[in-house]
Amino acid sequence: MLIVGAGIIGSALAECCVRRGMSVRVVEAGIPAGATTAAGMGHLVVLDGSPAELALSDDGLRRWQARRAELPAAAEYRACGTLWLARNDAEMAEAERMRVRLAGRGLACRVVRAPELRRLEPELAPGLAGALLRPDEVVIYPPVASRWLLDEALRLGAGLLRGGAVQAVDEGAVALADGRTLRARNVVVAAGNATPDLVVGVPIKPRKGQLVVTERYPDYVRHQLVELGYVGATHGEVDAVAFNVQPRATGQLLIGSSRQYADRGTGVDWPLLRHMLRRAQEYLPRLGGLQGLRAWTGFRPATPDKLPLLGRVPGAARLWLAAGHEGLGITTALASAQLVADLLCGSDPAIDPSPYDPVRFGPFVTESDTLPAEVAA
Amino acid sequence: MSAELRTNIAVVGAGPAGLAAAHAALAQGADVTLIDDNPSPGGQIWRGTGLARGPNVKQARLLASTRVVAAPQAGSLLLESMNEGQVLRYRRLVVATGARERMLPFPGWTLPGVTGAGGLQALVKGGLDVRGQRAVLAGSGPLLLAAAAVLQQAGAQVVLIAEQVSAAALARFAWALRAYPDKLMQAVALRWSLRAVPYHSHAHVLEAVGDERVRGVRIQHGERIREIACDWLGVGFGLIPNTELPQALGCDVAHGAAVVDALVHTSVAGVYAPGEACGIGGVDKAQLEGRIAGLAAAGADDAARALVPRRAPQLRFASLLQKHFALRPELLQTLRPDTLICRCEDVSHAQLSQFDSSREAKLLTRCGMGACQARMCGPICADLYGWVVDGHRPPLQPARLATLMSEPSNHDRKGVQPS
Ligand SMILES: Cc1cc2nc3c(=O)[nH]c(=O)nc-3n(C[C@H](O)[C@H](O)[C@H](O)COP(=O)(O)OP(=O)(O)OC[C@H]3O[C@@H](n4cnc5c(N)ncnc54)[C@H](O)[C@@H]3O)c2cc1C
Ligand SMILES: Cc1cc2nc3c(=O)[nH]c(=O)nc-3n(C[C@H](O)[C@H](O)[C@H](O)COP(=O)(O)OP(=O)(O)OC[C@H]3O[C@@H](n4cnc5c(N)ncnc54)[C@H](O)[C@@H]3O)c2cc1C
Repeated sequence: MLIVGAGIIGSALAECCVRRGMSVRVVEAGIPAGATTAAGMGHLVVLDGSPAELALSDDGLRRWQARRAELPAAAEYRACGTLWLARNDAEMAEAERMRVRLAGRGLACRVVRAPELRRLEPELAPGLAGALLRPDEVVIYPPVASRWLLDEALRLGAGLLRGGAVQAVDEGAVALADGRTLRARNVVVAAGNATPDLVVGVPIKPRKGQLVVTERYPDYVRHQLVELGYVGATHGEVDAVAFNVQPRATGQLLIGSSRQYADRGTGVDWPLLRHMLRRAQEYLPRLGGLQGLRAWTGFRPATPDKLPLLGRVPGAARLWLAAGHEGLGITTALASAQLVADLLCGSDPAIDPSPYDPVRFGPFVTESDTLPAEVAA
Repeated sequence: MSAELRTNIAVVGAGPAGLAAAHAALAQGADVTLIDDNPSPGGQIWRGTGLARGPNVKQARLLASTRVVAAPQAGSLLLESMNEGQVLRYRRLVVATGARERMLPFPGWTLPGVTGAGGLQALVKGGLDVRGQRAVLAGSGPLLLAAAAVLQQAGAQVVLIAEQVSAAALARFAWALRAYPDKLMQAVALRWSLRAVPYHSHAHVLEAVGDERVRGVRIQHGERIREIACDWLGVGFGLIPNTELPQALGCDVAHGAAVVDALVHTSVAGVYAPGEACGIGGVDKAQLEGRIAGLAAAGADDAARALVPRRAPQLRFASLLQKHFALRPELLQTLRPDTLICRCEDVSHAQLSQFDSSREAKLLTRCGMGACQARMCGPICADLYGWVVDGHRPPLQPARLATLMSEPSNHDRKGVQPS
């Protein structure tokens, strides 16, 4: 099989497939793990915006947890836990509802009241009502984790074509920019935001996010902190910010988050950045005194229903999609890989694949009509 | 934190170039704001004595101890001082951000007591007591002599100046200097004041030795290797322009310097870059270009143009420096696998030499992701590995998050009216 794209999705898929004995080749136009995977936060988090989101993120987190011991130290795996912060009684009620839903799936979680929250995170604003604690959630450093998956795949016999820009894809074939054609039994497009360039009509749109990283303040916060309104923000359609602060293994804080559709420029949007930082300051009142080192942006590959596209291109037999993981692709990479690998092998996936089936948006146009005649033949 | 300042002409950097620009613009009646991150004007060479030694800029609004940390949009700069962040709106901008020392790593370069040559000079000018202590200055270029003179005057014992270029290259440089009698005289005077100090050409540092602190230095001098005891080792390989701000403004940068036209105007409308920022050439070039930029920014184009012919010899001098002090390739060969290249994130030569792009190295080793944001290791990696070090991200220097939150006031965002 041939995988287009060596972000975390393509890399996880390569590793999973090669472990199952498939012959795998990955084609990457740029730097492996150098696109969206390099820009994100690396919070491995269960989100329950929909049952399918819950199922995939739960499975993804479990798979990362199971592989913890294998990861290199530079992947900075830390089970720091997540605190979902509630500002008032209404949000505390939401925390309780979330607890019930997550506990129903056997996920460890408990509601933390204000006094305990103060002890857990003294820097947080005193007025907060409490939080939902997910003690076993994780923070990792995505590019290293992604490259580890790819390196594992290569070690086990997969091939990698670096600098291979794919121009068009078709059933079992890809055309490279340099004129070559590569053939395989199956082709999986895992090209993140670039997926619609190859399979026209795939509804993936880049959703811009901005992050700020600080200098080192070890133990300033100890858990990944997120506002309870975050899930709502991830599902909205308008530009939005939400409080999201992550303690890095280096002692730095990574501050998010924002979501924008219209802006395709890679530059920092200053008004939105100010807005995002002020939001963060509402939760961490002394944040303004910390030194910010660097701000950057990244683009989440977003779909209309916030679920990835995992499965065959509608109507195709040997052309597949593994893309559109929005802001959750680090978490769900291993789960997505298993699911697609199961479908490729014709076996039953552990979780119901239908919510992720691209057919829900199909049919799409592949680029076959633009392939040179001798290639398409 | 929403204070907003307005000015007609903003000058960033109060070194010779920025002071000259401010003075020239003030003389045209312009309203000028001068910003510098040091407590008082002067830049690298005049170090805080700029008001006494430079031209009169009393009429300017002086924002000292204030850093430009970002250029959030055309016509505005984000500033940070000791206690606040603010937005400055301008119509014309003079970027006179100067230069910093060019460093090359060698085994032991991270030991305490090893600094930049100009850095050591600056420490001494700033009050570091070096009386009776032994110092070695090594690297390349005229700055070694200037630094040695300051150290000697402060009572240090300069035990060696090691210049990497050959005696022949130095002779060619000295010969070319005859076209610049002032500079030649200065060099001769400097050299005379340092006549008691051994000066080796074709000599470079192999290693700084010491445990807690530098104890000595191993020098390759021609075919010979010598070890010399010292308390301080100052190393510098010339200067590199500070182009972070021009880059953030979108100005074209080539060969490490802001690209400017005859009136030192950059590729971005209304933005000028005089002095070291547009190419290393010393204080005379900086002052002349500052005057040109200040006049042009104030709209006195004819007066500015009248000065342009004087720029040619300064540019020739700048290219002489570059040509005669070119680095010898052996300088890059002293590294050991465990020599640190990125000091902020502790990344070694062995780790980095396996990559072929700075971006990939950065992603996987954190090289350049630390507090200096590759200001130090970026140029080093470009020299060592031939990488094109990718664009800077805001802020230009670490800044308080409160500063990044400061906002222009809501009323009238249209910018400043012409004065
Ligand atoms: C600001 C931000 C914060 C985030 N935070 C989190 C988080 O906390 N937790 C979480 O789980 N997720 C998070 N994410 C989401 C996560 O980063 C993404 O979902 C994930 O990285 C997507 O991986 P990918 O492999 O699909 O895409 P990419 O990493 O973009 O990989 C696609 C690859 O395909 C290659 N490619 C594209 N076109 C071609 C072509 N024509 N030929 C060959 N190769 C090609 C590209 O070069 C690229 O390497 C965040 C994202 C952002 C932007
Ligand atoms: C360490 C060092 C020592 C030197 N010593 C000598 C010497 O002894 N003799 C000699 O002839 N030449 C010396 N030089 C060369 C000297 O810098 C130039 O000849 C001349 O001073 C250049 O003038 P300039 O105005 O272009 O830059 P500079 O004098 O460098 O002035 C630039 C000013 O801008 C400020 N600045 C930069 N960025 C920002 C920002 N973002 N916000 C606010 N302020 C900012 C800097 O702090 C500095 O004060 C030295 C250079 C260096 C780097």
